[in-house]
Amino acid sequence: MGSSSSISSAHLLRLYDRFESLDRDNRGCLSPDDFEALGGLAMNPIGGRIMEAFFSSGQDTVDFSSFVRILAHFRPTDRNRNKEGAQQELPSSRTRKLKFAFQLYDMDRDGKISREELLQVLRAMLGLQVTEEQLQSIAERAIQEADLDKDDAISFDEFKKSLEKTDIDTKMSVSFLK
Amino acid sequence: MPSGTVSHGASGRLRGLFLVMVLVFLEGSVFTVAVASSDQHSPTTAHSGGHKATDHGSHNNTGKAFPVLDLNYENVRVPFEISLWVLLASLMKLGFHLVPHLSNIVPESCLLIVVGLLVGGIIRGTGETVPPVMDSKLFFYILLPPIILDAGYFLPIRPFMENLGTILIFAVVGTLWNAFFVGGLLYGVCQIGTETSSILSRIGLLQCLLFGSIISAVDPVAVLAVFEEIHINELLHILVFGESLLNDAVTVVLYHLFEEFSGIGSVTLLKGFLGVISFFVVALGGVLVGVLYGILAAFTSRFTSHTRVIEPLFVFLYSYMAYLSAEIFHLSGIMALIACGAVMRPYVEANISHKSHTTIKYFLKMWSSVSETLIFIFLGVATVAGPHDWNWTFVTVTVILCLVARVIGVVGLTFIINKFRIVKLTTKDQFIIAYGGLRGAIAFSLGFLLKKEHFPEREIFLTAIITVIFFTVFVQGMTIKPLVELLAVKKKQEAKRSINEEIHTQFLDHLLTGIEDICGHYGHHHWKDKLNRFNKKYVKKCLIAGERSKEPQLIAFYHKMEMKQAIQLVESGGGIKMPSAVPSTVSMQNIQPRPPTKPAPERAIPQLSKNKEEEIRKILRTNLQRTRQRLRSYNRHTLVADPYEDGLSDLFLKKQKMFQIEKKPASNKVPMIQVDLASPQSPDSVNLLDEFGQANQQEEEEQGLMMKPPSRPREAKKPSEEDEAKDPQKLMRCLSDPGPSADEDEDGAFLP
Repeated sequence: MGSSSSISSAHLLRLYDRFESLDRDNRGCLSPDDFEALGGLAMNPIGGRIMEAFFSSGQDTVDFSSFVRILAHFRPTDRNRNKEGAQQELPSSRTRKLKFAFQLYDMDRDGKISREELLQVLRAMLGLQVTEEQLQSIAERAIQEADLDKDDAISFDEFKKSLEKTDIDTKMSVSFLK
Repeated sequence: MPSGTVSHGASGRLRGLFLVMVLVFLEGSVFTVAVASSDQHSPTTAHSGGHKATDHGSHNNTGKAFPVLDLNYENVRVPFEISLWVLLASLMKLGFHLVPHLSNIVPESCLLIVVGLLVGGIIRGTGETVPPVMDSKLFFYILLPPIILDAGYFLPIRPFMENLGTILIFAVVGTLWNAFFVGGLLYGVCQIGTETSSILSRIGLLQCLLFGSIISAVDPVAVLAVFEEIHINELLHILVFGESLLNDAVTVVLYHLFEEFSGIGSVTLLKGFLGVISFFVVALGGVLVGVLYGILAAFTSRFTSHTRVIEPLFVFLYSYMAYLSAEIFHLSGIMALIACGAVMRPYVEANISHKSHTTIKYFLKMWSSVSETLIFIFLGVATVAGPHDWNWTFVTVTVILCLVARVIGVVGLTFIINKFRIVKLTTKDQFIIAYGGLRGAIAFSLGFLLKKEHFPEREIFLTAIITVIFFTVFVQGMTIKPLVELLAVKKKQEAKRSINEEIHTQFLDHLLTGIEDICGHYGHHHWKDKLNRFNKKYVKKCLIAGERSKEPQLIAFYHKMEMKQAIQLVESGGGIKMPSAVPSTVSMQNIQPRPPTKPAPERAIPQLSKNKEEEIRKILRTNLQRTRQRLRSYNRHTLVADPYEDGLSDLFLKKQKMFQIEKKPASNKVPMIQVDLASPQSPDSVNLLDEFGQANQQEEEEQGLMMKPPSRPREAKKPSEEDEAKDPQKLMRCLSDPGPSADEDEDGAFLP
């Protein structure tokens, strides 16, 4: 499979080992407790959201194929295959990665990041160190900057645009998953 | 680059150029006279000294009248000459930018070397001996540190760390490869060959290897000088530049190693092994020394809230001490300096005042700029002066070997490195990296340091080194810009980070850390996260004063942005909409004031609408009432109150107000936020203000900054029209100095 969203077999094996080690009660699928047992994830401000991304579509277990499918978003794309040797990211992979990140913001899946959702993320990241007013003003300013169609929320395109200078392919890649 | 001079007419520029030329001629003539008279004058001073002694007892000598005007050059000779040199360097810099189009074609470093050649030629032409300006001590202890400190303090940490592996491989393995390749092949060439090689065949293997190690190091000064002007993308810049900085450790070790060996004359395996160990000691030791001094500096800056005037001095002193301390132990001074600057920066910047920050920035840029100019001029002078021994074979073979070694080294290493990188280096990248391997004054100084007893062929070496330097700086330096254009290499993006980018970048950092946790992979993000936690929990508490230690980075960034925007707002005359990102290009050599966003030929009073003016007046009035009560006695150690720092909180008010007025004329209930900057005394950085600007009575405790200029005898109740109207102007004047607008330096490097 030459498409950029699949993982090589050697790495699949590694992922399977990892899956099995996470699956403490050996049921062949992961439950939320398995994720929570990861200390690092518990300390992570958006750990809860990441977890929820795995348990999409209302199920409460994650089997191996969904596990892999989610993690495949973070596969580093092989740019050198590009025929003209251009240094751009393959647009499809970049969009896919950004879409994944966008969905972590947009919890109610309405296709937009509303002010409240942004505030929630900020609250989670900045914690108790700031006051509510500061959070409000940051969120306010962020929306002002990014919101081009003035609907007081950030759509996916606006999200993409505000990150156009960032090299998403590098940033959202884990070499483990090559 | 010279955008500021576009507005001047051609006649204005020519006039300026003419004036500069006149100044230079005057100065040049004074200089040669000074050099000449320094020899003639010694008998005169002796004479007058003797005369004064005999005058003591007897008043019989009525011969000489009291010298109303006397000439005594000897006393001021050394400082005078130093100042002349620095003045010459600065005038040259001025002159280059006045000549149209010149700075676009020829990089400054080339022009400066030519100037040095001219000056050296003139001095030699007048029959004087050329002063040995390129003294190694002068170079290594005075000229080099400012440049390295400037580079280290403003080093963009994030790209540096991300590419650290690549940089290290290029620096260490690449330099070693270059040194041995060049040295070994040169020895081979010297042994075989024509009858001239009777001179050459005396050059031993160790000497050749030493020469190879001197010549193979990429020079940070030259790289900076050339790369600054071509605005290449960040990745390539940090790769070549990082390599030039880190290869200092390798160069130091190899140099001392081979120098030792050729002195002693025998090499044993043990010594070779010790050499390897000493490399690690030199490199890591240098970094450790730098980190130590950096922490000390950060810790000291925690207590400087009462003596803001000398804050910048601590930064410079600690860094210089780090450099010197590393040099004591023969550790790598450059790495110490870089480590010191990079480590202390986030903490020092959180502690010091805004003015000190600007001062540090300005001083570093100024010193490094002058140093760089002087280095290139001295290179030119030393070329004219230095004892030369031109040997065709040696020189040409050296130049060719250097090029070949560099290309092979880069290509070979990239092949290996690309297996481990996510973002691979393309052929274009490799070409630029290879082409950007410039040699410079460090190589020359190291060669100059060689002792004649051990190295009878010292002159041959020096000539070859100078030739290689000239070749790389002139040929490669001049052609790299058109090549970059030709190959369409990605240029530097004028990135001004928006708050969105910050938020999302942090978000993605957390996301990636989480994913790495799930994969069980201890990658890049994992360690970065651990480091950040450690930093937040322990280090920041020690090194940052007061409440700012708890301030998360996002908030600090937000404050900075708000402040910048407030400044822009005032500069553009109370502009309506939020000023969008203004790209700012700054190089060490081209500090020009940023053209205002709305071109205002004279700093006229901005045209504000009536009710806005009313609001401003109200705000200023209320704030004035409070601050007038804080008159303290004048003291040289307290800064004169700058409306800048005080007025900024007013500016925030004004800005918020105007913004609110613009955006939502109807709503009255939006709370406004006054942000207090860099004032560790106010623990809670947020005050709530309602729309009518009645701030809480919280700022009485500001200390140390507070003398109000006594020339403000205003009645609180009835400020006259004129005075109030003058205030925005006064503020604007104070703020009209935009400072070196290296915005991307600040923002980028501040947040890892």
